[in-house]
Amino acid sequence: MGNPFDYNTEEIAWCPGCGNFTLHKTLKEALTELGITPEETVFVSGIGQAAKLPQYMKGHMFNGLHGRPLAVAMAIKATNPELTVIVNSGDGCIYGEGGNHFNQQILRNPDITVITHNNQVYGLTKGQASPTSDKGMETPVQIYGVSNEPFNPIAAAVALDASFVSRVFVGDQEKTKDIFKAAIKNKGFSLVDAFSPCVSFNKLNTFKWYKENTYILDDSHDPTDRMQAFQKAIETKKYPLGIIYRNSSKRTFWEATMIYETNKSPLYKRKLNMDALKQFIESKKEL
Amino acid sequence: MDDLSIVLVGAAGQGIQTVEQFMVNLFKMTGYNVYATKEYMSRVRGGMNSTELRIGSGKKRVRAYVDRIDLLIPLHKNAIEHVQHRLSKSTIILTDPDLINQREYPDYQCIAVPFTKIKKEIGSKFMNVFAVGVLSGIFRIPEKSALQFIKQRFETKGELILNKNINSFNRGHKKGETLKDIIPEMEKEPNVINEILLDGNQSVGLGAIAGGCNFISAYPMSPSTGTLVFLAQHSRKFDIVVDQAEDEIAAINKAIGAWYTGARGIASTSGGGFSLMSEGLSLTGMIESPLVIHLAQRPGPATGLPTRTAQGDLNLALNAGHGEFHRIIFAPGSIEQAFFLTQHAFNLADALQIPVFILTDQYLVDSYYNVPPEDMNIIGIRHAFIETDSEYKRYVYTKNGISPRGVPGFGEGFVRIDSDEHDEWGHITEDLRGVREKMIDKRIYKKGLTISQIEPPIPLEPFGSEEFDTLVICWGSSYLIVKEALEELNDSQIAGVHFSQVFPVPKNTKSVLHEAKNLLLIEGNATGQFLKLLKLYTDIDIKKNRVYLKSNGEPFSVEEVISFIRSKIKGGK
Repeated sequence: MGNPFDYNTEEIAWCPGCGNFTLHKTLKEALTELGITPEETVFVSGIGQAAKLPQYMKGHMFNGLHGRPLAVAMAIKATNPELTVIVNSGDGCIYGEGGNHFNQQILRNPDITVITHNNQVYGLTKGQASPTSDKGMETPVQIYGVSNEPFNPIAAAVALDASFVSRVFVGDQEKTKDIFKAAIKNKGFSLVDAFSPCVSFNKLNTFKWYKENTYILDDSHDPTDRMQAFQKAIETKKYPLGIIYRNSSKRTFWEATMIYETNKSPLYKRKLNMDALKQFIESKKEL
Repeated sequence: MDDLSIVLVGAAGQGIQTVEQFMVNLFKMTGYNVYATKEYMSRVRGGMNSTELRIGSGKKRVRAYVDRIDLLIPLHKNAIEHVQHRLSKSTIILTDPDLINQREYPDYQCIAVPFTKIKKEIGSKFMNVFAVGVLSGIFRIPEKSALQFIKQRFETKGELILNKNINSFNRGHKKGETLKDIIPEMEKEPNVINEILLDGNQSVGLGAIAGGCNFISAYPMSPSTGTLVFLAQHSRKFDIVVDQAEDEIAAINKAIGAWYTGARGIASTSGGGFSLMSEGLSLTGMIESPLVIHLAQRPGPATGLPTRTAQGDLNLALNAGHGEFHRIIFAPGSIEQAFFLTQHAFNLADALQIPVFILTDQYLVDSYYNVPPEDMNIIGIRHAFIETDSEYKRYVYTKNGISPRGVPGFGEGFVRIDSDEHDEWGHITEDLRGVREKMIDKRIYKKGLTISQIEPPIPLEPFGSEEFDTLVICWGSSYLIVKEALEELNDSQIAGVHFSQVFPVPKNTKSVLHEAKNLLLIEGNATGQFLKLLKLYTDIDIKKNRVYLKSNGEPFSVEEVISFIRSKIKGGK
């Protein structure tokens, strides 16, 4: 019954009942079903409870700084396109501390998958508001309730014409797995905003709440239609789940990097042409 | 006359840079040793900018900034005022009667040259090429080769523009020829023609390429932008991934991500940008990632003087980043050193798994001179990453603290790194007595010993007189200025010493400095940052009144250094 990505599960630091357990299991299954091996996969994360996921995954791991995983992931894919690069971090890391990296990486369209474990609260720092917290939620800091508008990652990603924009609720494992697979297969920037309840610090957005406040998009939704996608993206009464938007026609960052035009090999395998360098130096006779 | 200093002054947008660029090329292709540096305002139009061009007679190389102006070309009515403190009785000024009333400047030798007339006759964009023509005529640059150069530069602009430029050049040249007796003829050195021309930014960029750099993510910031531009322009030829970062925080994280896969990344910025990189720098300390940082200094704090020069960020480079970890700081003093040290930085960063700084400044990155290509010493790329096996542990304990670095996909092992404190496998840990203490020992103490043995070492070598009792200490970009000052002084009791490796201080620092009875120090900041570093690491204390600090945004000049040294010798030893 083992999965090739199983690793260090006895070390897991999540609270019992945390949504990350199902997300973790589902992601491992999705990868295996796609035929991807741990040897070719890099799990990148920032800091937070979600960002610990790579610690429990067989594969390469870059567990970097809070807010910065997208910058790192983009560079990893740009310098070695043979690797499958998957980011796992929380809503605070990806939408808060790393908000600008989120916007700007979407615009570059690196071929990476970004899974935001969105629990609408700060877990590791014990219960403050996150960028996606609902208005009115009371916390030890937001004592009169959250007054900020919640950040809408789906609408933002559609506005930035991201290559693949989706939302899942980890309680629905089959659907989540399908979306993970589609996101990883997509060539370009793939966002999976994964509702993953925090059982310790978010008493508002619980498993039950997510079940009641989400619905699965049916076939009538055409994710290639950006106007429809916008409409779905701003629905908040009940949150739509599924592939909200996709634009597969875009060039990825590494495709636009001309050094891969004829030679696809990763940079570490390449050698500097010393003769060309010497000739180049000698040719610098004019400004 | 051994050398001449020619200064052009005008407003931004007038094309002073074009004149500088054309004249540097023309002087060199004629066989003159040449040097150029510029000072400019942080604006795209207006203000007052100047460029200094020096040419040496015969074998004399000119490579430093002088205050002296032998020939001044003011292309704006406010131009003379801008450099008046640098003029002397022997300065010749080519004054345009429509801009400047000669009678207001009775102390200088003014010669009328109607630069602006060309505006009315051919067009406002052609004054700079007219000025190139005038200088070519005065300096006896063969008309045929100069014209060929002009044609080559404008051939893509269409026939009309090309012809107007040729016409402007010809008229300037004719005028210049009538003035050639105002300047004594300089002796040519034919070997110069085959030498190469680089500025500091290009030299850092070229050093990066020769050092195997194949990734740059940078946010444009004066004065470091030239390095990004240079690498971008040659990215295709040398397999370089180029990303204009959204900010410097991203830039440094991306460079670290590139090193993680076995590529070689550079972070290139100036002080403000580097402040944002502090967090990422600290990451290199924890995950033991190699990194090369080009920090081109300009005066701070904050936005400061964006286009001026300073040596004020040594403390920043030395102390940036939370927590404790190692670093090396190089501060090249010449184009050749910038090339050499940047390559060296890549190999050292890789071998030692630490950040290595190339600390330059606006003065160095914006200065050009001709260099024999054989002086550009290529040292070769030494990659230090390994093919992993299935038992691979990224942070395995070793004798010297350096754990072999694997890269994802090369070998059977997994490369797992963590910004948290981690064990040998790279896994998060809070085992304080077992793991944390061992990791500190590995990262700080063992590695520290290795770093003190940098190979190849860059020992301190005094220059100038071999027997000396006074030693003038400098670091970074002031090297060639101090060198020329000592040559001018020609005093057998005075030598200089230049630190191109400022941290850790070279091993022989104490013994070299103890050879002198008197130590003098020159640096481009207000508080004596290197002075304090020397005291901290060598116990050598130089009195404040023996230190020349300049932090107004200008470079040091040869004359200023000479008068400082003279005042300290006369002032009693």
